[in-house]
Amino acid sequence: MAGSMTSPLLQVRGLTVQFRTDRGFVNAVDSVSLNVDAGETLAVVGESGSGKSVTALSLLRLVPSPQGRIVAGEVIFDGQDLLTLDDRQMRAVRGNRIAMIFQEPMSSLNPTLTMGLQVAEPFSIHDGTPWAAALGKAKTLLDRVRIPDSGARLAAYPHQFSGGMRQRVMIAMALACRPRMIIADEPTTALDVTVQAQILDLLKELTQETRSALILITHDLGVVARYADRVCVMYAGRIVETGTARDIYERASHPYTRALMASIPRLDRDTATRLEPIEGYPPSLAQLPPGCAFHPRCRFAADPCGRRVPMLEKIGERHHRACFVDAAV
Amino acid sequence: MPPSENDAPLLCVERLKVHFPLYKGVIFKRRVGAAQAVDGVSFTLRAGETLGLVGESGCGKSTTGLAVLRMTEVNDGRVVFEGRDITRLDRAGMQPIRRRMQMVYQDPYGSLNPRMPVADIIGEPLAVHGLAPGKAERRERARELLQMVGLRADMIDRYPHEFSGGQRQRIGIARAIAVHPGLLICDEPVSALDVSIQAQVVNLFEDLQERFGMAYIFIAHDLAVVRHVSDRIAVMYLGRIVEVAASADLYRQPLHPYTQALLAAIPIPDPAAEAARPRQIVAGEVPSVLRPPSGCRFHTRCPKAMPVCARIEPVLAGEGGTHAVACHLHNAVEGEAA
Repeated sequence: MAGSMTSPLLQVRGLTVQFRTDRGFVNAVDSVSLNVDAGETLAVVGESGSGKSVTALSLLRLVPSPQGRIVAGEVIFDGQDLLTLDDRQMRAVRGNRIAMIFQEPMSSLNPTLTMGLQVAEPFSIHDGTPWAAALGKAKTLLDRVRIPDSGARLAAYPHQFSGGMRQRVMIAMALACRPRMIIADEPTTALDVTVQAQILDLLKELTQETRSALILITHDLGVVARYADRVCVMYAGRIVETGTARDIYERASHPYTRALMASIPRLDRDTATRLEPIEGYPPSLAQLPPGCAFHPRCRFAADPCGRRVPMLEKIGERHHRACFVDAAV
Repeated sequence: MPPSENDAPLLCVERLKVHFPLYKGVIFKRRVGAAQAVDGVSFTLRAGETLGLVGESGCGKSTTGLAVLRMTEVNDGRVVFEGRDITRLDRAGMQPIRRRMQMVYQDPYGSLNPRMPVADIIGEPLAVHGLAPGKAERRERARELLQMVGLRADMIDRYPHEFSGGQRQRIGIARAIAVHPGLLICDEPVSALDVSIQAQVVNLFEDLQERFGMAYIFIAHDLAVVRHVSDRIAVMYLGRIVEVAASADLYRQPLHPYTQALLAAIPIPDPAAEAARPRQIVAGEVPSVLRPPSGCRFHTRCPKAMPVCARIEPVLAGEGGTHAVACHLHNAVEGEAA
């Protein structure tokens, strides 16, 4: 898709999300802009408090209210600004055109309803499909996410499924209405590593098949390298660097991205080399340092870093970074 | 870091079994079976060495750590620490042993008493083991320990909630090393921390080991981190060790199909390396520990399973004790055609 003349499937511009805390208002997401093309996988990476999950939630206007609210920005999906829709119109988008997969499948499933009921529900809600036909479609979906013995499993309850199987069901439900885009927020963090690989492979395969875009929210740089086409790196509510996966891993330019890469041990590397940690701790959103939020931990911090907030600037075909320091190479 | 003056290992675990009984019924409670959380685990650890225990949930890695500390009931087997069989010691008998073996927990929020200032958290083990009788003395020692783990001595009167996750984990480490243990059991010590903080704590573990010569049992699911800190790694699956190898060999030359599957499942943070890697994702999920498969417990998911695998349990064997594997592909069963 890269380089095509059509406009992106999703365009986020200047998205700012504010939360009320006991220490005043904080910007959990601050002026975030990003694009997603049809059929592409965008990974949003960052540590806790970086704003990656809040960004995901606000795309579907699911930010917990009243403590959180979207205070600025546009979320243009398929030519339509989702932030201007009323609740009824927004419900038609959720699950139907954009679906979401959460980290903990058990808390996204109703423990008192059978799986069949929950998987068939979107067909009857969004398409008005008769119930018997909806159940038939549900079985087909469970087959597609390779749940063995799917006919019998329709009558089972969520607690009778393993964590991996539940996440397969969540994927099935997300795919039910053939959405143009799926947002997956740490979809495998609660799962074992062999199951994580199965689930992410399945998700990638199915989104490729249906040409759905995928936004993958994760803290795992390995997962990003394996599955993402493009990457946004977030720190303290802002995107600090974005580019193709190759840009980010081979030509990382922002000191935070570079430091993050140097701090993780790799399976395929010599173990005798010492890790290079990032000194200090991520800042509290309620007490962000002035200027670039990373500057107190940055080895390259220079004069303007503590005074002004750097904006994202183009440094390659699809590669942008927000940093004043030139020599960060 | 290989060994010291004598060859006697610091810790010797032999055929360790920990079975959790399962009950049914409320009033007429009856025993219906047992979860074989750890089922015949053996390994040794030299002074100053780091052994990594890795595996997926339910493999028994944490229970093994707790059993070595005698913090869970041992059903069978032996734990020999500093030349002494501690398997049957009573509470009073364990007291001096506990000073020599300490634990660092995963959750830096749940493992520190929120009502205690740092001085008391770090001072408590000193008082319990009679290492610093006076309060002033304990305070002084706590200040030293705080600096040792990279915190400021003047933080001594603060409470846990005033610290970040990474700082709390440092406090937990200071408490553990306060009594000069010979062995530190670290159960997922960095997995609750942010990526940028993990490396700080990993480096702290390495520095402290260099300085005090402690041995570590490093339990974690993140094989990349375990491989980085460990001299040797034991891979566990459903209560058993399936392979033990030097850290470098395990990635270069994994022998057990489960180890191979585990390594293949872990993505490497490098798109070019990822694209070049062969992908074989193992099917299925870890079976319930309540009903482990017969024979080799991995045979239900193993791409190379043979008929013998369902019948006969493979034993952990290997050349020279440096690389051992429990798999019929590598250790032929006598009188059996594979």
